[in-house]
Amino acid sequence: MDWMAWTWPTAIFFIVIAGLLITFSVLAIKFPETPRRGILRIETTRGDRLFITLVGSAFINLAWLGIVGAQQPYALIVCLAYALAVFRWV
Amino acid sequence: MNKTVNQKAWFLVLPVLLLVAFSAVIPLMTVVNYSVQDTFGQNQFFWAGLAWFEEMLASERMWNALWRQMMFSGIILVIQVPLGIFVALNMPKSGAWSTVCLVLMSLPLLIPWNVVGTIWQIFGRVDIGLLGYTLDALGLEYNYTQDTLDAWVTLIVMDVWHWTSLVALLAFAGLKSIPDAYYQAAKIDQASRWKVFRYIELPKMSGVLTIAILLRFMDSFKIYTEPFVVTGGGPGNATTLLSIDLVKMALGQFDLGPAAAFSIMYFLVILLVSWVFYTVMTNLDKQEG
Amino acid sequence: MADMTATQPDIRPRGLPRINSRIVVMGLYLVFLMLPIYWLLNMSLKTNAEILNTFTLWPRDLTFANYATILTDPAWYMGYVNSIIYVTLNTVISLAVALPAAYAFSRYHFMGDKHLFFWLLTNRMAPPAVFALPFFQLYSSVGLFDTHIAVALAHTLFNVPLAVWILEGFMRGVPKEIDETAYIDGYGFGRFFVKIFMPLIASGIGVAAFFCFMFSWVELLLSRTLTTVNAKPIAAIMTRTQGASGIDWGVLAAAGVLTILPGALVIYFVRNYIAKGFALGRV
Repeated sequence: MDWMAWTWPTAIFFIVIAGLLITFSVLAIKFPETPRRGILRIETTRGDRLFITLVGSAFINLAWLGIVGAQQPYALIVCLAYALAVFRWV
Repeated sequence: MNKTVNQKAWFLVLPVLLLVAFSAVIPLMTVVNYSVQDTFGQNQFFWAGLAWFEEMLASERMWNALWRQMMFSGIILVIQVPLGIFVALNMPKSGAWSTVCLVLMSLPLLIPWNVVGTIWQIFGRVDIGLLGYTLDALGLEYNYTQDTLDAWVTLIVMDVWHWTSLVALLAFAGLKSIPDAYYQAAKIDQASRWKVFRYIELPKMSGVLTIAILLRFMDSFKIYTEPFVVTGGGPGNATTLLSIDLVKMALGQFDLGPAAAFSIMYFLVILLVSWVFYTVMTNLDKQEG
Repeated sequence: MADMTATQPDIRPRGLPRINSRIVVMGLYLVFLMLPIYWLLNMSLKTNAEILNTFTLWPRDLTFANYATILTDPAWYMGYVNSIIYVTLNTVISLAVALPAAYAFSRYHFMGDKHLFFWLLTNRMAPPAVFALPFFQLYSSVGLFDTHIAVALAHTLFNVPLAVWILEGFMRGVPKEIDETAYIDGYGFGRFFVKIFMPLIASGIGVAAFFCFMFSWVELLLSRTLTTVNAKPIAAIMTRTQGASGIDWGVLAAAGVLTILPGALVIYFVRNYIAKGFALGRV
């Protein structure tokens, strides 16, 4: 595993992602849902919305880094707002 | 088809899951790890935070490569899609001649990518290639290794040559599914050729065309071998597309950190487009049945 | 082509102008497709002296010496052997894991099936350039660098998704009643799958195998990155010779022609499935 060059921050990052996946799987088992249509006019489930949130957040972080270039943690607040919007309206 | 819910189906998927986890997830995790570290030689890593991402986002080199990539993908789509449809409309629907067309058109699709490069590298040479020799004989200054425009034209013609048949074959598959009754109705209404195309053929082809456009976009977006063999990214950096640049950085200079940051951004774009692709495709499936 | 123009007008005299324009379009397009390939074939049959000193549209001095060079020099022909070994390995591995998975996707709903299916697609779409470096590190660290199995496993990255998608496309065409009848008749899953189901989708398996073979065969970047000597594929040998000062154009062209052959030989049998295969079984 040496060659993979693990660091704590990246490990935590992947643990969080894995945790999210597990949480959403458990949610899907415990509370089955029917897909709904939101403003994108496509059927989405919670899992789809999670995916849209994660990919969107990656782009938000990159945009923040490229345009603002400082105080990266604030980008996470934008991501949170974005996540809420996705789960509410998409 | 009505599918039944069966969680045991997971066991059938498990081998694929393990294999793809090994060949996709582990490498991607490694890329993420590399992207936040600096390395000096033999497996000595130092924390670098988001420095590489910052560097890549500010680097003109990456933006230029991205810009060239967008240009390339855009141009080949604009040429290949209409040309492919046009060819498909002219393909014979049945008979021996149809078989001949299908076989000959499929041939370029099945040629190894580096050989496609070799073919055009030879074909375009002024001294030994038919294309280069002919252009030279016509008095045109043509040199794809020295002139930027010539290099671009060569790459685009090569890609058109390589992949237009795919668009044509997909469009042809869409055309073949149109029942004859539609054409007869159009004939009775004395619809013009254009109207037949616009109101019968194009709507029936829309599904396959979406697939064709997205496939062509994705595949041209990750193109490496063909331009690498023909121009090697030159002259200068004029034809250094995203993948060529990334390979130069990762395997040529062995700059793990920047290359990894570059890879992640590249992959994110691919992820986004793939998602659009998948969403469009599943929605099409639903419309059809 | 010539006899088509001669016979068609007899059948449909009134459609003459339109048929002619169709044939002209297709003729021009096919000539455009075939000329570069013809040129490669042409060069492979010439001597280097003829290639470099005179410009001839067909070989005046027909020679098979270029092919003889490749087929007798281990440095060349081992490239083909290496390529064929890892391509075959890859095809077998990809199909073996993809068959049950495709069946599951085509017949059942299960947790996360759509997301899994999508995730497979992203691997088909991912640029090999992104994976070249980590693959190099991964296979070096497990001691598989420069082996056939390393390249075969690396190519599963895009071939397993491809095989799953293509097979799923074929399998959903098979009515589900067949499965149910077989289970009622007392077939177990394994026996049903091998004895009844696989023969039904034999053409699908053939097409999937063909496309796995093809995509592994045409790939250069990963196979070149993961090999140096022992498993070096023909594609890498071809590009490396181009770096040398004096290029042996005749031999290079002959090597190119020989790599086209496997595809050209089976093209007739898969002609109706080319679109389906490239479109991941969605047409």
